[in-house]
Amino acid sequence: MKRIRIDEKYCMGCRLCEVHCIVQHSKTKNILKTYMEEYPKPATRILVEEKGYVTFALQCRHCEDAPCLDACMTGAMYRDKKTGAVLCNEDKCVGCWMCIMTCPFGVISRSPDKKSIASKCDLCMGEDVPVCVKNCPNEALKYEDSKD
Amino acid sequence: MKTLKTEYLITGNSSAGVACIEGIREIDKAGNITVVSDENIFNYSRPLISYLLGNRVKKKNMFFRSRNFYDENKVNLVLDNKAKKLDVKRKIVYFANSQSIKFDKLLIATGGSPIIPEIKGSQLNGVFTFTTFNDAVAIKDYIKKHTVKHAVVIGGGLIGLKAVEALVELGIKISIIELADRILSTTFDTKASGIIQNALKKTGCNIFTKNTVVEILSEDKENKAKLVTLKTREKIQADLVITAIGVRPNIQLVNNTSIVTHRGILVDETMQTNVKDIYAAGDVCEADTLLDEDKKNIPIWPNAFKQGRIAGENMAGGNAVYTGSVAMNSVELCGIPTISIGKTSLEQDKYEILEMRKKEESVYKKIVLENNHIVGCIFVGNIERAGIYTGLIMNKIDISSIKDRLLENDFGVLALPEKYRKHLVGDVGLEV
Amino acid sequence: MAKRPIPTEFIVERDKDKCIACQVCVRMCSNDVHIYDADTNIVTNDNSKCVGCHFCETLCPTDAITIKKNESSFKPNANWSASVISDITKQAETGGVILTGMGCDKPYTIYWDHILLNASQVTNPSIDPLREPMELRRYIGRKPDKIELNYNKGKIKLKTKLEKQLKLAVPIMFSAMSYGSISLNTCASLAKASHELGIFYNTGEGGLHKSLYKYGKNTIIQIASGRFGVHPDYLKAGAAIEIKIGQGAKPGIGGHLPGEKVSEEISETRMIPEGTDAISPAPHHDIYSIEDLRQLIYALKEATDYEKPVGVKIAAVHNVVPIASGIARAGADYIAIDGMRGGTGAAPKVIRDNVGIPIEFAIAAVDARLREEGIRTNVSLIAAGGFRSSGDIIKAIALGADAVYVATSALIALGCSQCQKCYTGKCNWGIATQDPYLTKRLNPEIGVQRLKNLIRAWSLEIKDMLGGMGINSIDSLCGNRTHLRGIGLLDRELEILGIKSAGEPQ
Repeated sequence: MKRIRIDEKYCMGCRLCEVHCIVQHSKTKNILKTYMEEYPKPATRILVEEKGYVTFALQCRHCEDAPCLDACMTGAMYRDKKTGAVLCNEDKCVGCWMCIMTCPFGVISRSPDKKSIASKCDLCMGEDVPVCVKNCPNEALKYEDSKD
Repeated sequence: MKTLKTEYLITGNSSAGVACIEGIREIDKAGNITVVSDENIFNYSRPLISYLLGNRVKKKNMFFRSRNFYDENKVNLVLDNKAKKLDVKRKIVYFANSQSIKFDKLLIATGGSPIIPEIKGSQLNGVFTFTTFNDAVAIKDYIKKHTVKHAVVIGGGLIGLKAVEALVELGIKISIIELADRILSTTFDTKASGIIQNALKKTGCNIFTKNTVVEILSEDKENKAKLVTLKTREKIQADLVITAIGVRPNIQLVNNTSIVTHRGILVDETMQTNVKDIYAAGDVCEADTLLDEDKKNIPIWPNAFKQGRIAGENMAGGNAVYTGSVAMNSVELCGIPTISIGKTSLEQDKYEILEMRKKEESVYKKIVLENNHIVGCIFVGNIERAGIYTGLIMNKIDISSIKDRLLENDFGVLALPEKYRKHLVGDVGLEV
Repeated sequence: MAKRPIPTEFIVERDKDKCIACQVCVRMCSNDVHIYDADTNIVTNDNSKCVGCHFCETLCPTDAITIKKNESSFKPNANWSASVISDITKQAETGGVILTGMGCDKPYTIYWDHILLNASQVTNPSIDPLREPMELRRYIGRKPDKIELNYNKGKIKLKTKLEKQLKLAVPIMFSAMSYGSISLNTCASLAKASHELGIFYNTGEGGLHKSLYKYGKNTIIQIASGRFGVHPDYLKAGAAIEIKIGQGAKPGIGGHLPGEKVSEEISETRMIPEGTDAISPAPHHDIYSIEDLRQLIYALKEATDYEKPVGVKIAAVHNVVPIASGIARAGADYIAIDGMRGGTGAAPKVIRDNVGIPIEFAIAAVDARLREEGIRTNVSLIAAGGFRSSGDIIKAIALGADAVYVATSALIALGCSQCQKCYTGKCNWGIATQDPYLTKRLNPEIGVQRLKNLIRAWSLEIKDMLGGMGINSIDSLCGNRTHLRGIGLLDRELEILGIKSAGEPQ
């Protein structure tokens, strides 16, 4: 199962990953149209944390023992059988935010563009490589098989 | 009737019951599982009933597991049948329709029932409790059939307020009657309650604290509710009355058995009762708590789910351990998201309190510390990344090195103590 | 009086239709050129701070940025150029020495562009490098005048004992760049790439960082006038030792690493106190004659049990020929000659642009003289100073170099855009800086790959050119001037280079 590995040593803190994540989850998937015409823009599902010169980009870890799966009361959070990724079925999500309450990484957010839907990394389902990994200029994000 | 046999018997088909199925199937893919529910719906999420009432979720979307779930997991699902008696020695459960089932392992996941207050007039039409699917449907039908302009909700706790929200969506004027000095008294402190109270008042709700309803009255000869009388003698219009003063665990099944109960059914860290092969989980049980010495009944969906799954794994031969419940609630009221975790409404000295308040934005954050460990938090208005604090509570992390950063805007994984950060992140993940 | 500001060199042109105010440029520019106004959600720029490094242009996700030369300047004047006016203005303002980085950018004649290669036709067929093996291997070190062989039962064995040699897979090495002038990530990229390519890199005068000892077999360690980081383990760590007498970019003067750039790691590697200036004096204060140099060469050989070749690096100056001759006789195993186009992390601009001679002349003249004196095999010659392509390299070898050192090209492969601001320590590409926020930007995984790509590409081109000339081994090309012809050169220049003019018969 492939997961995104983050290398703090080489993250520059440029936040291009956030830009591409927003575009990937937008209506048009076109960077100019998304930023200039879509309001509000979708939330970025990858978040760059910064403290001094240490920066890294953090997104859903698709945990083996995912607390959000236990906490979801509508069954919107589910695990995709093929990839093992934890995904959110937006049709079922009612925005109760139990997932935000239980995620120890704090990588789930309230979607600004859709009313009351939880927003989190979906490994860019449908793409062969997640766009954050593809567009990181310094290869600080890698899409690799998890060791177990 | 012949006694049926099953390896795993689960009484209850909500969060704990379903999680138990998943727990069993992690380990035992073949053993037969029978689930018996006293409701007539194949599956639904109880917390969603306020969304049903407020027309935000349709009936057909109330399920949290699909019909396929039961087929795929080879579960024999029996609906509309209530467990009446338990024979601990012979390992048989007797049901309402005279059916009896013999089990190897039993999970009691019968949940809780609303406490019915003894108020004169509560037998009138238009007086409802609000805990089940059928309650929501009944209220909806009543509203359709009769003109409901005013409603009274007795109890300003979570269930009561979710009902209020749903009714506000339907354009009904509401009065909330709460016994304590503030709404949400078990989960929120005064400041947090105040923010929600103000928001509710802005939507047109009236809130009466330190008060209760003593009588429900009808008008003319009709048999339906029209007025309520408060302790303070006021009379309020009430075409509809919803009582939400609390929930009691359904321990009736184990009455007259050797199973030890307190408020709920007592279980150990494997979710087993004092009787071997009989387990309990969810709103009916009383389990270890993370932050206290004694066991408590904390009826919250995530706790029920976790307990159910651990019970299931252990019933199938695993050895999972329940580390302990923490009270936690996430609820959005009047458009303001709120989260409360752990111990939140104490004013004693042994706790250190960190607070942050932004009046204009209705934002309030409070962190409760004991011996440099977080034991509780409240977030109102801004709930971003609240789960990080939950993780610190659940893992009992010493936060003395980062105390001054806990309320910073950019508090995140980077700010966490290094050892915890490394532990938290598994193999594929941050190389921090 | 009104003080004229230093002219703005670059204009940052932002296409308003494409700028999405993502602020990547704002975050990433170490010179704070881009400014974001939260009230209007617009990004603007302060052009006076732009150094033209192109980092923002590279990162912009919508290609909204173009860096342009500021044409608004003074009346065109061949003598009083904008650059000259700018320099005088700066000096009037500060009273200081103007510093710069990288190599001489003045339009002196680049002789590589006036030398042409041969190709074989008809009388001497060319060789197809895809069909025949091409030998690019070189050995750097002292070669014997003659060899004796042992014949025993049909087997031949070498009787003469050879001096230690450095084996190169291709005749290209990475030239000296000190840890301090460049970041550790850059050093790591050079070290690992050398290891994977089978060539060598040079530590420069900054010593060897402890994390790079593992690449010792591909490291040439340098002893410069400041003797930074020189201790017994350092000497034993490398495959060869190089005594640095001079450097092409700044012959005759020493070096200076400002105290602000001496971090904890640099302090540990260079063995100097943290925060103090690292000054390399102009001469080695124990080398005042050729005999002194000989003494140091043999002291180093003794200290390393004669296991490692010891070379000497000099700058190409007017009397480079007799100096080289003296060094060859002093026992050095190789001489590295650094021409005036060589790069640097920091040097006074006037020295970088006016001192030294081109490597083309230096290598040709030194090679010719050593052959004349019959001591050419005493040393290997390594040419350095502004090699830009495989064409330059092959010409250098034909003029007499055994191998070449490249540095500027390597840095350009890693992202450098020659903005010449290395001395500020704010290199946006993470190359010429020690700021931990900036050094992260050079990912050695990517760096190693790019360096390997560059050398591999050049190797393929060299094989093609060799094959075209009908040669299948670099050995046959070394010093073989018959394969070169000059074009647009004066007779005197042709004579010094030792080549004929294009059009002249064999």
